[in-house]
Amino acid sequence: MSQQTILYDKHVQYGAKIVDFAGWQMPINYGSQMEEHKQVRADAGMFDVSHMVVLDLEGDKVVDFLKYLLANDVSKVTTSPGKALYSCMLNERGGVIDDLIVYYLNDQWFRMVVNAATREKDIAWISQQAEAYGVSVKEGSTLAMIAVQGPNAIAKALSVMPDGCQQVAAELKRFVGQPCGDWFVGRTGYTGEDGFEIMLPETEAAAFWDKLAEAGVKPIGLGARDTLRLEAGMNLYGTDMDEDTSPLQAGLGWTIAMKDERDFIGRAALAAEKEAGPVMKFVGLVLEGKGVLRGHQKIIVDGAGQGEITSGTFSPSMGVAIAMARVPVQTTDRVQVEMRGKLVDAKVVKVPFVREGQLCV
Amino acid sequence: MSNIPEEMKYTASHEWVRLNDDGTVSVGITEHAQELLGDIVFVETPEIDTEFAAEEACCVVESVKAASDIYMPISGEVVDTNAELTDTPEMINSSPYDDGWIFKIKPSNEDELEGLMDAQAYEDSLED
Repeated sequence: MSQQTILYDKHVQYGAKIVDFAGWQMPINYGSQMEEHKQVRADAGMFDVSHMVVLDLEGDKVVDFLKYLLANDVSKVTTSPGKALYSCMLNERGGVIDDLIVYYLNDQWFRMVVNAATREKDIAWISQQAEAYGVSVKEGSTLAMIAVQGPNAIAKALSVMPDGCQQVAAELKRFVGQPCGDWFVGRTGYTGEDGFEIMLPETEAAAFWDKLAEAGVKPIGLGARDTLRLEAGMNLYGTDMDEDTSPLQAGLGWTIAMKDERDFIGRAALAAEKEAGPVMKFVGLVLEGKGVLRGHQKIIVDGAGQGEITSGTFSPSMGVAIAMARVPVQTTDRVQVEMRGKLVDAKVVKVPFVREGQLCV
Repeated sequence: MSNIPEEMKYTASHEWVRLNDDGTVSVGITEHAQELLGDIVFVETPEIDTEFAAEEACCVVESVKAASDIYMPISGEVVDTNAELTDTPEMINSSPYDDGWIFKIKPSNEDELEGLMDAQAYEDSLED
């Protein structure tokens, strides 16, 4: 039942410990998650993200369609080919069906990347909504995807890219992606470091993985991917938000474009929520003391009520436990976390914790 | 295959147990256990002088991935803990059977050691 990406044999060859992730047999680490994390912050690492889902949306009304489908407004990117936009896709209740990235390629074509765990429901929902706009939804299932991240990622990746892509990739600005032949390179990522996310034909993926390794890019597992994204203050779907969570309570208010009258799915629910005023807010936590913060630990805020950690871990860059949490809106600068039957103090901070190798809190 | 020293005893919950010359018993977690946990970042050692029954949870090892209880292999009183683990918990990863020992106990009854698995039995249990 469990699927393998085209790079599975490479993971085994590079000594990966394999786990099941959303129905895929993926590397959790290749030895030490901690070392892999530090490798990305200090140099360059590569991640197999081929399990993620690439969708090509095409049609004359694709811009109007995405303005309706997404909580962020694609008008922000339609002035500049290749520009990427991060957005939530909401249900009518204002809950998050998934978070995703769309690249604007031209007025008839957007490329979207959605999560692996939500593949079926996303495709069903998008296809259903697309019908009225005459937009076609095609899955790029023969593409592999490799993220190369870290301060030296761009230089190292460029050194081994095919001639046709090198120039295109070298000129990419942040948060922009461009096709080059049957490859597609985006200057995006999920680590808080600079780098590329590279889509390429499956047939070329294993050879490119080896070339990156020869250039000094180390393979990084899903374990470090999670600690890197948490330090970077980036949400994880299914953990920090889901179909019953409003993006306004998941720290994603900045991705909701409601200034003009644009009608999008979930808008009415978000408007009502804003009208009523927020009850909970989303914050970063740094543990003061020993131990590790974990998802679902209960938070107690003196005089304000309770909250919950959505994602927690030990931060390899900071050497302490950090978390993202939903807490009562009255919460100020400290909370207590119930950890293994004891209450421990944590400081409330603004995420990100770490960006581009620098501590922010 | 994981390293399982002959001279020790083992529990089903992946603690190792070594009888020292002075009659105390050292306890740690096996190489297999540290592999399962991954990078260890925090160890909460038991309080010295505390008595525990066999199979009672007595301390906690936390890795980046998960928190794991450590169970008392045999009944006894804690007489020493590995203070170096406070600053270098990763010693459990690098040296699970030596530098990464977690605590020492004075057994209530040394005969209880006979009830634990030997290296062969532990190895067989990992294969099941």
